[in-house]
Amino acid sequence: MPQDVEKRVIAIIAEQAVLDVADVKPESTLADLGIDSLGLVESIFAIEEAFDISVPFNANDPQAGDFDISSVASIVAAVEALVAEQSA
Amino acid sequence: MRRVVVTGAGTVNALAHDVPGTFQAFREGRCGIGPLEIRDRERLGIQIGAQVRDWTPETHFNRQQIALYDRFTQFTLHAAREAIGQSGLVFSDELSLASGVVLGTAAGGANTWDDNYRAVYEEGKNRVHPFVVPKLMNNAAASHVSMEWNLRGPTFSVSTACASSNHAMGLAFQMVRSGAAPVMVTGGSEAMLCFGGIKAWEGLRVMSRDVCRPFSANRNGMVQGEGAGVFVFEEYDHAQARGADILAEVVGFAMSSDAGDIVMPSAQGAERAISGCLRDARLNPEEVGYINAHGTGTAANDKTECAAVAHAFGHHADRLMISSTKSMHGHLIGGTGAVEMLACLMALRDGVIAPTINYTDPDPECALDVVPNEARETKVEAVLTNAFAFGGLNAVIALRRV
Repeated sequence: MPQDVEKRVIAIIAEQAVLDVADVKPESTLADLGIDSLGLVESIFAIEEAFDISVPFNANDPQAGDFDISSVASIVAAVEALVAEQSA
Repeated sequence: MRRVVVTGAGTVNALAHDVPGTFQAFREGRCGIGPLEIRDRERLGIQIGAQVRDWTPETHFNRQQIALYDRFTQFTLHAAREAIGQSGLVFSDELSLASGVVLGTAAGGANTWDDNYRAVYEEGKNRVHPFVVPKLMNNAAASHVSMEWNLRGPTFSVSTACASSNHAMGLAFQMVRSGAAPVMVTGGSEAMLCFGGIKAWEGLRVMSRDVCRPFSANRNGMVQGEGAGVFVFEEYDHAQARGADILAEVVGFAMSSDAGDIVMPSAQGAERAISGCLRDARLNPEEVGYINAHGTGTAANDKTECAAVAHAFGHHADRLMISSTKSMHGHLIGGTGAVEMLACLMALRDGVIAPTINYTDPDPECALDVVPNEARETKVEAVLTNAFAFGGLNAVIALRRV
């Protein structure tokens, strides 16, 4: 399942960035991938829909809350935590 | 070119159902934001707003009128009654034929859309009330004002998101200034505090869950409000001749388009509207004592707006006052510029500057005098009011003391 979360999150981010999934690396930042604030909000919406979770994210203060968006890996980890929390 | 003055003002908003009550709330720095009382509130992520409380349409309108008036039209008519009443104008003969209405709204009859979508989609009904269309259309409020007061000249509505009212009032000003109309009833209204209206905003993730703190370093977003502001813009000689009480003079207006991003504001676009307005008004920057900011309380707007003001005013930016009354009445979206115009009238006429409340932490990117938390008594000669809409559309109006 964790593997699956990573794959699906990367697919969502790749689609948003109009990139091949192979070009979205765990260490990539959203800025590296050319995703701006509007693209980020759209990606979070897609993630919420895909996993049926609610992501705590306020565009005014992206650093606040537990959802770490500093890299693809951190987003994957945050989504995994939310998915685990939901099934617990 | 003719001079244009304001001879009437009216409002209903979360702070009060009239202008004196709103001025009192501005003086006290009162907050109109609280828990929303709407259907399905529990399904909303954002559960606060600056809602008009104790609004009973039956007190103001009869059954037939209520059947035709969406909440945004009700707010407009209530505010128009106060404004036109104060002006003392009676529209008959030539004046009736030449005078008109231009009002701003972003969403028009949002509650009517919401209620009727529920009926057909959620409740599975196959029939809606016959007046759904005339109730929800964006020009409904402007048309009802024209009918109620016999205004038979140019009448229309303007919809430019959060700049709707400023664009409407700017056009009204230009029409009176150019001689196209001796009197224009103008301003705007919004009533989108319904489930769908809030859900839509929630999606953008720019809303605060607790409080609106414009310019404060710990600001965390905007809070929606509702209500209306309506004004009578009248040709100066016409107002003088009949001995009208003049509240202020409208001296300039400018608009610009960022032509950039659909939601992210541009300091250059805002600055061009501010500088353009000063030029149109023939005002030196040093003459402006107060700016009613767009000041939404979002991270992006407030720092961009402060940068625009700093560039447009140069060294004078550090001497003028700039406050966001959205901290009190919320963001009325298309109606916001109209309610904010009231703070300009209060500044010019009463010498009281409405504060930015809920201000706690200075932000180096908003290093201007934002009149934190407490109203200030001081005389100002000229003021600006800013509105910067999604879509990159900017509209700035200048007023002067008479």
